[in-house]
Amino acid sequence: MSVVDRQEWDVVVVGAGGAGLRAAIEARERGARTAVICKSLFGKAHTVMAEGGIAAAMANVNAHDNWQVHFRDTMRGGKFLNQWRMAELHAQEAPDRVWELETWGALFDRTKEGKISQRNFGGHEYPRLAHVGDRTGLELIRTLQQKIVSLQQEDHRETGDYESRLKVFQECTVTRVLKDGSRVSGVFAYERETGRFFVLEAPAVVIATGGIGKSFKVTSNSWEYTGDGHALALLAGAPLLNMEFVQFHPTGMVWPPSVKGILVTESVRGDGGVLRNSEGKRFMFDYVPDVFKEKYAESEEEGDRWYEDPDNNRRPPELLPRDEVARAINSEVKAGRGSPHGGVFLDVSTRMPAEVIRRRLPSMYHQFKELADVDITAEAMEVGPTCHYVMGGIAVDSDSAAARGVPGLFAAGEVAGGMHGSNRLGGNSLSDLLVFGRRAGWHAAEYATGLTGNRPPVDDGQVDTAAAEALRPFSAEGPAPGEDDGRPPENPYTLHQELQQTMNDLVGIIRREGEMEQALEKLADLRVRARRAGVEGHRQFNPGWHLALDLRNMLLVSECVARAALERTESRGGHTREDFPAMDRKWRNVNLLCRLTDPTGGLAATDPVRGQIDLTRESTEPIRSDLLALFDKEELVKYLAEEELYE
Amino acid sequence: MSSYEARFKVWRGDVTGGGLEDFAVEVNDGEVVLDIIHRLQATQAPDLAVRWNCKAGKCGSCSAEINGRPRLMCMTRMSVFTREETITVTPLRAFPVVRDLVTNVGFNYQKAREVPAFVPPADLGPGEYRMMQEDVDRSQEFRKCIECFLCQDTCHVVRDHEENKPAFAGPRFLMRVAELDMHPLDAAADTGLDRKKTAQDEHGLGYCNITKCCTEVCPEGIKITDNALIPLKERAVDRKYDPLVWLGSKIRRRSSAG
Repeated sequence: MSVVDRQEWDVVVVGAGGAGLRAAIEARERGARTAVICKSLFGKAHTVMAEGGIAAAMANVNAHDNWQVHFRDTMRGGKFLNQWRMAELHAQEAPDRVWELETWGALFDRTKEGKISQRNFGGHEYPRLAHVGDRTGLELIRTLQQKIVSLQQEDHRETGDYESRLKVFQECTVTRVLKDGSRVSGVFAYERETGRFFVLEAPAVVIATGGIGKSFKVTSNSWEYTGDGHALALLAGAPLLNMEFVQFHPTGMVWPPSVKGILVTESVRGDGGVLRNSEGKRFMFDYVPDVFKEKYAESEEEGDRWYEDPDNNRRPPELLPRDEVARAINSEVKAGRGSPHGGVFLDVSTRMPAEVIRRRLPSMYHQFKELADVDITAEAMEVGPTCHYVMGGIAVDSDSAAARGVPGLFAAGEVAGGMHGSNRLGGNSLSDLLVFGRRAGWHAAEYATGLTGNRPPVDDGQVDTAAAEALRPFSAEGPAPGEDDGRPPENPYTLHQELQQTMNDLVGIIRREGEMEQALEKLADLRVRARRAGVEGHRQFNPGWHLALDLRNMLLVSECVARAALERTESRGGHTREDFPAMDRKWRNVNLLCRLTDPTGGLAATDPVRGQIDLTRESTEPIRSDLLALFDKEELVKYLAEEELYE
Repeated sequence: MSSYEARFKVWRGDVTGGGLEDFAVEVNDGEVVLDIIHRLQATQAPDLAVRWNCKAGKCGSCSAEINGRPRLMCMTRMSVFTREETITVTPLRAFPVVRDLVTNVGFNYQKAREVPAFVPPADLGPGEYRMMQEDVDRSQEFRKCIECFLCQDTCHVVRDHEENKPAFAGPRFLMRVAELDMHPLDAAADTGLDRKKTAQDEHGLGYCNITKCCTEVCPEGIKITDNALIPLKERAVDRKYDPLVWLGSKIRRRSSAG
């Protein structure tokens, strides 16, 4: 038995982005002793990169806004595949979650009346995004971080110890959720700095690890986004939902190569920026799909008038949901009308005075100036699609954020599935983190404190197995079983690059059956090779080792994406099939669930045909009638199957 | 696109010691120092320890000293150096090294805990806050801080003076005090907390002699000295030597003691 340090907590939150921190605050405020574990330093999570804002129907700028309109926009954006109860809760609770941030010290940009200012964004009918310039994510993470510190200050005053009720384990990675029978019993983790293993025993675990973008080559995501939480849940026996839906943000930087994929905020378009092709044409007018025809301007003049007079004009098509804009850019480039570096032009320089651009889009100004030598107040940016967000995720109960089938496991934020359907609207992520982070923390605390005297014990055998799994990369040298000649260990960096190239090329923004089959074969090959991923050096802060461990997660999640994408024979939101280009109403109420083929946790599944993932179909619950009544019949006909309409 | 081979010296080692290691490495158009460090990891030194996250100057993780100057590696373009130049990358000097380019920045998290949090006004509920843009501008400038800790690293009060660390919060956290002090709705004063006074008495504002080194290295361009530290000093001085304030504080103290 390995000697591993153990500590007891009530709730363990994995991930310290917006969802994780909000969950931790809630759990601690409801009396649960709460530990947060994060891979980076406290306050560096990927949430800091969110730029545009937090969507919440506060009606500060347009008095017509309310939760029903926000709900409607969210469902439209997700092409009606959303777990509608989540979309409802989200729209209803988002304003309270934003106002609460102010009481914790957040300083949003203001309206003339001194209220929180709200800006326009793609797919949102009214100006709805609370923001701070184009650095809203930083404000969100800092506010939550400072709220955590203030709770620790309270605990210090009472107990003499800052960390008596709420502790952040920074730069630590969880590799396994431990279980007692079907219930959660804790987590197994290592400290990145020392490589030391430890176990946190806890009856409730909230997964809030964000997304999977690091499996793709061109991505706006940071190194942390290796699908850890998705994989942890799968390995713990919980299913993942609709993993085929991956959002490619339409505007990432395309040049220079080293920054390819870095995000260019949608606020650029929300504030008046336009997209042009190499012929100088505002091509988005050619790409308004039928379901959105009535809602978008037909001429540049009307689109331009909308910024000043939104009640009497329709919005410009640059503000269509992200999936539409990304596909349009892709088509323009393919048709030979792209910019010199393979993107299209995004221009604010001819739309606003330089000093307004610098005030409203300071980080974009800075980012282009510093990284690309482009002055966005004087010339157009070059942009193209970049992997940005995964709509799919852990299947959860809408109200409690509880993962299906594993008592004690909860999930919130990007790692949870369902809320955004097939495509997420900009601004709905930060609000999602707050609304469901709080709910996950609340229900995890309730569950944990309800178990007094009946805490699930941690099984020594599972701890030993987890330790052995984590150490494997150090002994990767030597011959593979059954082979005579020693093969050299694989370089984890090389494996990672091959994985990224595979997913980018074969399961990217436009998908084809043959290519996805090819991807599954390649993934099987990588899976075999990844078992031989070896590392040099020792356990102290060793990035090669960390990456070798993260590869397991990326390979699992990538297989889910590829398998689900192959199965869904239609195009919807963040899933576009060249061989099935239309949205099919028969697929509207179909969820695809991914489960581990070998639920005992063995990872020997190297069979390329079967792989590690089983896929099942499931029909969604019918949308509640009062929520359906928020839409016109003519609109519903476009999305819902006949029989759904009659009910 | 043109590539060339650059010469790098990277500090490698841990708490027991270490030194500069030489590398020759490919550089392509438009790359930044962090790209080169990543290339070293992928091709020559897989266990080279470095912190990074966003690679877009937004998270403040990849702080290091490049040719002796504290900078973000992700925002330092290779084109600012000549091709002949040897580029030296070392860990932040003011903090204890963990391994290679990674340092223990715990000092900063400890100082963050010592600054009392925002105090919400008792009479306003959520959604009732009204503040004018011009009144939040000042604190918003300070909230642009990405906590890269370059200012903490460069500040001469602690850079080579370990002994000053217990008494000095550093520019980042003195700026945090200023931010809260200038927050239009912070109700600290109602609870008996005088932020200006604590800046002086508890966070070591007096050590700062406004050499503006912090402002020079700030990747966000925040005017730390001019807009945060100097006004805080002026306010602290006002309060210290304003006879009325002095009298008021004496009276209050006496009555609370009685």
